[in-house]
Amino acid sequence: MSTIHSIEKHDHHDVDEKTNFGFWSYIMTDCLLFGTIFAVYAALRPSTFGGAGPKELFSLPFVLGETFLLLTSSFTFGLVMLAQKENKKNLALGLMALTFLLGASFIFMEVTEFHHLIAGGNSFEKSAFLSGFFVLVGTHGLHVLCGLIWMILLMIQVLLRGFTPLVTRKLTSLSLFWHFLDIVWIFVFTFVYLIGAI
Amino acid sequence: MFGKLSLAALPHEPIQAGGAASVVLAAFTVIAALTYFKKWKWFWTEWMTTTDHKKIGIMYIVAALIMLLRGFGDAMMLRAQMALASGANHGFLSPDHFNQVFTAHGVIMIFFMAMPFMFGLFNLVVPLQIGARDVAFPFLNSLSFWLFVMGAMLANISLVLGEFAATGWLAYPPLSEINYSPGVGVDYYIWAIQIAGVGSLISGINFFVTIIKMRCPGMTLMRMPIFSWTALCSNILVMMVFPVLTVTLAMLFLDRYLDFHFFTSNLGGSAMMYINLIWVWGHPEVYILILPAFGILSEIASVFAQKKLFGYKSMVWATIIITLLSGLVWAHHFFTMGAGGNVNAVFGIATMIIAIPTGVKVFNWLFTLFRGRLIFKTPLLWLVGFILTFTIGGMTGVMLSVPPADFQYHNSMFLIAHFHNTIIGGVVFGYFAGFIYWFPKIMGFKLEERLGKIAYGHWIVGFLLAFMPLYFLGLDGMTRRISHYDSATGWQPLLVVSLLGAMMIGGGVVFQLLQIAYSFWKRKEFADTNGDPWNGRTLEWSIPSPPPVYNFARIPTVEAIDDFWEQKQNPKHPAHEKIVYTDIHMPKNSGLGFLIAAAGFFMCFGFVWHITWLIVSSLVVMLAFIFYRSFDQDTEYYISAKEVEKTEIQMRKGEH
Repeated sequence: MSTIHSIEKHDHHDVDEKTNFGFWSYIMTDCLLFGTIFAVYAALRPSTFGGAGPKELFSLPFVLGETFLLLTSSFTFGLVMLAQKENKKNLALGLMALTFLLGASFIFMEVTEFHHLIAGGNSFEKSAFLSGFFVLVGTHGLHVLCGLIWMILLMIQVLLRGFTPLVTRKLTSLSLFWHFLDIVWIFVFTFVYLIGAI
Repeated sequence: MFGKLSLAALPHEPIQAGGAASVVLAAFTVIAALTYFKKWKWFWTEWMTTTDHKKIGIMYIVAALIMLLRGFGDAMMLRAQMALASGANHGFLSPDHFNQVFTAHGVIMIFFMAMPFMFGLFNLVVPLQIGARDVAFPFLNSLSFWLFVMGAMLANISLVLGEFAATGWLAYPPLSEINYSPGVGVDYYIWAIQIAGVGSLISGINFFVTIIKMRCPGMTLMRMPIFSWTALCSNILVMMVFPVLTVTLAMLFLDRYLDFHFFTSNLGGSAMMYINLIWVWGHPEVYILILPAFGILSEIASVFAQKKLFGYKSMVWATIIITLLSGLVWAHHFFTMGAGGNVNAVFGIATMIIAIPTGVKVFNWLFTLFRGRLIFKTPLLWLVGFILTFTIGGMTGVMLSVPPADFQYHNSMFLIAHFHNTIIGGVVFGYFAGFIYWFPKIMGFKLEERLGKIAYGHWIVGFLLAFMPLYFLGLDGMTRRISHYDSATGWQPLLVVSLLGAMMIGGGVVFQLLQIAYSFWKRKEFADTNGDPWNGRTLEWSIPSPPPVYNFARIPTVEAIDDFWEQKQNPKHPAHEKIVYTDIHMPKNSGLGFLIAAAGFFMCFGFVWHITWLIVSSLVVMLAFIFYRSFDQDTEYYISAKEVEKTEIQMRKGEH
């Protein structure tokens, strides 16, 4: 019995290491995906083709609000992982729900911004610059949305199963994903909105 | 209801109808055969749901060979058209159909022949070479394979419903934009590559993690067999550049579908950006394909010369340097774009520098063969043919890398000859060599030698006949992708020679098929009884052929490069100690890889034909499968030590 137990323990350790490394590798490829879109945006930014440019279109206070929502959600997800380490299931679930709400509010604000732009006659059809903007910010938003869906799945799993090795492994991956999206957003905020305001 | 899809999508011209009929007939034959022999259950449980890397590898290679035939059919049509369409004769293909055929030929050969052949070989060999029981993520491996299959199916369905892109294999805008290509051809192109590309990216990550994390004890990176090294570098490149391809095609899709303006010729779009981006993927892609071929031939050189590989370390470093440089040369595909002399000089020089590590490799192979006791079996013949043809291709590559001269060669048949020289003479010859070399390991019997040698003879002579004339035609001013030319050009005789060469390659293909069929028929006679038919040097030859599902009853411990060779020389090697069997942890089969990919297929089909309900419902189904997988905990099982012992005794009976 004890040998089987030790084999399983050993296996879990191996699997954890593989999954973490694999997920890191995936994040690196995603980083290149974003890098490509950033490069395209940088190349197309001057191509407003007579239409409105970043300075006229973006509202910095609004985007600052979005930024705070996402940064706070990253902090609360950090707390989820601490709660997991101490095996506090209910606390972790509560914090996940909070993270979810913050993330969902971020998405809501982003959709509002997109709606505002399109309603104001500045849709992606208008110029190459706007095409680049919508795809860069939209791709980030789509990632956040996937993260939110994943979060629901994991909340159910934590609720039903507690912190089994499998669930913990998945939580670790989601945590990596969520912090990664935060970092990407810092770049979006800097390169699209802050530099755009100059 | 069905978007743009209607009965008008069925083919009307006789040649296109013939192509459509052959696709339908092939699909029907497979379905009928499976039903008649009552093999559906077997096919589902043994193949469609498998997570065993060896079976997935076999399926990859079978699919690649089928696609090779398809792509070869396209090639024959192109060569025949060009041999005929001189002067008053306009050949048998209309210009638009000709454009579709050369586009399909390129797409099929690169994405659906070379890529799966490569991933097939990785699947078959890499885990065995590094002493692992499977890849890092067996379920994702199955998903990758099925995503590739769905991509290949989309590309082939375009023969029956609608049309394929007529834009060339990289679909440059503005031609590929909706204004100039309003049909569904480019959409098939985008989605076929997109879905297969996601599969390639997942595979790239999978093998990267496998090689970094799952090598057996003692196998440091600098003791790893060269093929696994090249697989590692190739997968790093996959991870680096496939995201770029995904983004680029997604943007082209948005341009076409939702009126974005990334690459359009109006509203600020930039077609040249597409060309930069696609080659940021496209140039490393050719190194993704060729590096594993280098690896295969390195293994073969040392086994068939019966000595250590000359310059193992320099081989590894040359591979790494090629990997790095391959990302810095993309602009040599469009020196004529007008980026300026300085940009061209940088990219030209970077391109020439690649010849140095590649030259190191060629000399290493030659010095490995030098004074070796050569065994002239077919794998060695392919190696010799490869060194000859690939070196010619490399030299013409250096000629093309000189920017001022490139203004002459650009877009000419010289270029066509060059890249076929490196891709057929390099990638294809290398993969064939690997196919023959590892065939007994996977199937348990060797391929017949005499038919193999005849096939090789056809291939090498046919190849030289088919492509050497193209160099001269290119220097004579013949541009690529023309379906008709004036008879006063005097190009026809050389094009006829080229057609004869292509027919000879066809003969080679026939002999290869015969070789496989004959060897299967006589498989008892050609059986590989001890798992080591070539007197091999690396770990894959230390286990029975075909290997048991768990590969290694005991994870080996390695002490040197070519450790299996050391084992055979040294009776005190730890491998000869008595095996203590333990329980083995294995992944369970899962049909979800196939199901997720199938839902993806319908989603892509919906995007091609603008069928909104199909897109939405397939997406919902796909997500449902993914959710199901997320909740599934029952994905693994144990093989008991007793059972392992029984299997091993059974399998090793034939050994002496």
